[in-house]
Amino acid sequence: MKKEKTKFFSTGLGQLTIPLVAIFLLVIFNLIRDPSFFGIVLGHNNDGNIVLSGNLISIINGASELAVLAMGMTLVTAACGGQDISVGAAAAIAGSVFVKVLKSGGSIGGGKVLIAFIAACVVAMLFGTFNGTLVAVFRIQPMIATLILYTCGRSIAYWINGGATPTVSSPIITAIGGFIPGIPVPTPIIIVVIVAILFKLVFHFTSLELFTQSVGINGSAARLNGINSTFIKLLSFIILGVCVAVSGSIGVSRLGLINHETLLLDIEMDTILAVAIGGNNLGGGKFRISGSIIGAYVIQMLTVTLYAMKVSSTDVKAYKAIVIILLVVIGSPVIKSRFEKLMSRFKNGRSEISAKGAGES
Amino acid sequence: MKKDKMTRREPLTDTQLLMSITIGIFMVMYILAMILFGGGFLHAQQIFDMLNDNASLIIVSCGLTIVMIGGGIDISVGAVTSLVVMSCVLYLNNGGNIFVSILLALGIGLAFGAVHGFLISYLEIQPFIVTLAGMFFARGMTTILSVNPQKIAHEGFLKLMDAKLEIGWLGYVAKNGNKVPARIELGVIVAIVCVAVIFIVLKYVRLGRNFYAMGGNQTSALMLGINIKRTRFLSYLISGLLSGISGYVFMMHTGAGNATNAAGMEMNAIASSIIGGTLLTGGVGNVIGTFFGAMTLTTIKKIVVSSGLNDPWWQSITTGGMLCFFILLQSVVLGRRAAKKKN
Repeated sequence: MKKEKTKFFSTGLGQLTIPLVAIFLLVIFNLIRDPSFFGIVLGHNNDGNIVLSGNLISIINGASELAVLAMGMTLVTAACGGQDISVGAAAAIAGSVFVKVLKSGGSIGGGKVLIAFIAACVVAMLFGTFNGTLVAVFRIQPMIATLILYTCGRSIAYWINGGATPTVSSPIITAIGGFIPGIPVPTPIIIVVIVAILFKLVFHFTSLELFTQSVGINGSAARLNGINSTFIKLLSFIILGVCVAVSGSIGVSRLGLINHETLLLDIEMDTILAVAIGGNNLGGGKFRISGSIIGAYVIQMLTVTLYAMKVSSTDVKAYKAIVIILLVVIGSPVIKSRFEKLMSRFKNGRSEISAKGAGES
Repeated sequence: MKKDKMTRREPLTDTQLLMSITIGIFMVMYILAMILFGGGFLHAQQIFDMLNDNASLIIVSCGLTIVMIGGGIDISVGAVTSLVVMSCVLYLNNGGNIFVSILLALGIGLAFGAVHGFLISYLEIQPFIVTLAGMFFARGMTTILSVNPQKIAHEGFLKLMDAKLEIGWLGYVAKNGNKVPARIELGVIVAIVCVAVIFIVLKYVRLGRNFYAMGGNQTSALMLGINIKRTRFLSYLISGLLSGISGYVFMMHTGAGNATNAAGMEMNAIASSIIGGTLLTGGVGNVIGTFFGAMTLTTIKKIVVSSGLNDPWWQSITTGGMLCFFILLQSVVLGRRAAKKKN
């Protein structure tokens, strides 16, 4: 009984403890600093649509690309025990393909946007297959294998764009990156919710989650149990490819232009960070997609908080680093086990006292 | 003692094999460039230029090689280099002393290395996350120090920058008939000393052997009585120190501090180490290979420029292709050897 209770207290929320505590601390900090920080305003934008605005909305909206990528990255991390550092470069390629197809003559209609998106998906999945083959078939460490695309990805995007930064303007693209007329919630948020539901459905109706975890924990044991671990690893990279295409398309639609240098710059680092803050082991194995999503929002909330404190966009990194280090130090195994020991000693002491009291009465 | 030696010999043969492949490919590539493009490739100055431009990259890659041999990763090296450049430039421009600026550079590097090492080895946090945070911190601090580029104006330092080793007989005759001696910057000498010292440490010093043992198999290294935590701490400390040295060398080459200095250097350093035959899984690698890895990387870029592919994207795309080739080659070679051993 005593043991169970200790366990309950120390691992109540499991791996979600750290990200939730981080969000909680950030919310408290912001409320103390400025009580109206999280106020949401219902107003009209330039086009006359009714839209929601406010810091909370901009945090959730701004983290959309990161959240989508973090979901895919969690799968890759869990299956392969390593990370894909080429997501930013691949998203630039996917975005370029998206724009290329959109601009290929004729007016931009709904069908054309869909075709462009599918083309971006196919290209991103091809690059995912390339990375996945290197990792799964040639057994190269994921970080090394994806270093290739990281090195040349943005240049390939530049090549596709023909050495320019083409723009697209269309009500549909504006709607994808901003607001659909009549719906006050920014569209990227809706896309994140759809992707999250799709992941949930896939995990519910297939054994992908279980298979991925078993491949990540022990690949050869999984293989001996009849799981095709090569295929699972490859599949995780292909799914990440779809996520890359989605976030690349969101990123392009937001600005209405594709710039191979700045589109989702440095997002690979933030994505890996989101996965780590979400409590997932970067060495593979057990994972929780929800943790990574919360991790993405933690990063974005931190960034927006720093902007609100008048920290310039170039200096944000230094403060972000301090918070990250504090978070991972709190979550580190050594500190955790020390803390648990301390807690259990405290609890044992108290229960001994109460037991004594019960004996006396 | 004899058993000890045997467990150490196995990964070393892999190291030597991968290193000799790299050196061989570098030679072949360079000779082909000499035959096909001639021109600049025929002068010794071409090699010295490549060294002058890449001295700091070579130094940083050596530190990364040590960390990678130990089974870790350090992606903060480029950012630390940039921070060192910026702080030393600002210090010297505000009337600083050259010797103190060297100490400052080494101090910043050591401080980053010590914090990384402590967090990674004693608090057991994943190295990627710790050094990523270190990279963010160093980049952020650089812009906090100054967003605008700072040119160095310290007279003593400018003299140090201009000090070059000139070798007459390796020079060439320019078009106007003047004889131009080969020029080598002081940074290159620092880099070569670093490579030599680390080579000796890795090969003949107990600490160096411990890095291989730790990266090869941590559990057995622990059973051999190696202090894993301290060894890992030292690997990050050395990497930090070398980032500091690299920052100073970088400053001697460019003579200016800029927030975008050494951008992407960490990935170039990782690429150099990999091309040089270091495995990210640990236990295999050599700084001589890393040196040639960095040189191979530059040679590819020079060849792309010489062959007339002037569009700005070709350099990165060929570098990526080359990296792909080396990574696949290593995978195939090591896979075959592993299969042979089993039989």
